[in-house]
Amino acid sequence: MSAFSKAVALIVGGDKSLWFVINTSLRFSFWSTIFSVLPGLPLAFMLFLMKGRLRNILAAIVNAIMALPTVVIGLFVYSAISNRGPLGSLKLLFAPGGVIIGQSLLALPLVIAMTYTGFQKLDPRYHETLTTLGAGLFSKMAAIMREGRYVILQAALSAFGRVTGEVGVSMMLGGNIKGYTRTMTTSVALEISKGEFEYALALGLILLIVALLINVLSHLGIRND
Amino acid sequence: MSFLSNKKAKAILAFALIAAFVFTLPVYATGTKEAKVQNKIVRLATTTSTENSGLLGYLLPIFTKDTGYEVHVVAVGTGAALKLGENADADVVLVHARSEEDKFMAAGHGTERRDVMYNDFIVLGPKTDPAGIAKAKNAVEAFALIAKSGSWFVSRGDRSGTHVMELDLWNKAGVSIGGSWYKEAGQGMEQVILMSNSMGAYTLSDRGTWIAVSDKTDLAILYQGDPVLFNPYGIITVDPGKSENINYAGAKALLDWMTSDKGQKLIAGFQLKDQVLFFPNYKK
Repeated sequence: MSAFSKAVALIVGGDKSLWFVINTSLRFSFWSTIFSVLPGLPLAFMLFLMKGRLRNILAAIVNAIMALPTVVIGLFVYSAISNRGPLGSLKLLFAPGGVIIGQSLLALPLVIAMTYTGFQKLDPRYHETLTTLGAGLFSKMAAIMREGRYVILQAALSAFGRVTGEVGVSMMLGGNIKGYTRTMTTSVALEISKGEFEYALALGLILLIVALLINVLSHLGIRND
Repeated sequence: MSFLSNKKAKAILAFALIAAFVFTLPVYATGTKEAKVQNKIVRLATTTSTENSGLLGYLLPIFTKDTGYEVHVVAVGTGAALKLGENADADVVLVHARSEEDKFMAAGHGTERRDVMYNDFIVLGPKTDPAGIAKAKNAVEAFALIAKSGSWFVSRGDRSGTHVMELDLWNKAGVSIGGSWYKEAGQGMEQVILMSNSMGAYTLSDRGTWIAVSDKTDLAILYQGDPVLFNPYGIITVDPGKSENINYAGAKALLDWMTSDKGQKLIAGFQLKDQVLFFPNYKK
């Protein structure tokens, strides 16, 4: 267990590079969560209002995209933001912008699927009443989002967890640049490849703590619902 | 927030706290680097051997102090590093596969190439040396012996400079690779050494990476010293005509600095575990 105690010492001792990657990870995840929830909510709402077969097909597509490996999403974004790609002039590759775009796209289907499923579980009479009362599209959306706020919170937390724990997108689009785009997960990958297991383990512990926090928050949301 | 009860507010509040935490960590100040002027940043695509041995971590802060340029290092295999240069996703490349570098220059992707330094490749394996390569007369014979004995060999398999060298040796030894003894890892040098260690396999490594990880393994250097195992590193500035994104001035500054008297002296002075890893060899 010496690796474990060294890991704890690193965390408690405030190792500077360790805290830097934690900070970078959480910052990227924070923005990725925002940029996946913002477009995800209206899209999920659209899906929720749709009827019949098309809705089922679209829902199936969203679910299928969720299964895409992170490196594949990374590859799509890579080809778009590489200097050769259509967005090349923005210099997003190997920069925080690229990672955040990739992670947002990674979390988007998750946010849509979770909020859509959550909205469906709301009391159907709620939606019907709104319609009978002649609520417009936007007021309807606002009302359902208010009613389903815990669904949204849980989706956001899941998105946060998903992007914090992924390595493919961050590695491919961020390039694991020290002090710039090096995150917890790319750091773990690097340290394992160097055989520095203590440092990797310390980061693993922190990832575990983040995951636990998210789950606790999710459960708080469910209990209060 | 009037629609929230006290209890419900807790969950939201906790999430907000995480967000606040994200922005108030003491190291956050260093994160504002992103706001710096873009052309102060030089994008260097290089191999894992220069980054993970600690050489760049030792050299680049001094370069930044001397010139004001900040270097963003992307450490990949030589093949990938050259590809990044070709696509103008890097301003300058520092790699070690001369034949690939010459192709890169011939295709017009680079404007200038200079020798920077060298180290050498070594053949690692289990101390018992089941293939008996320690007695080989040259590197090609050592490789032939490994294949003949059927001992496992772990290959980088990633078109890195080390992989290119390895394929060249198999080729010269007349060995057709791909049997069950030949394991393509597709990973970095450290990882491949650690894998070879746990599999009791042979592998080809650059000396720098070996010195960095040697105390984590039971492997030993079983063959070294053949001149064909010489491993020279070259630095190439990417053709600025490719894209407006290229920071040519920064790339040129790095190329000049690495090959300056100061840069060359610093390279010679870099030691890991009391051993010199890279030998400067730029000739004006």
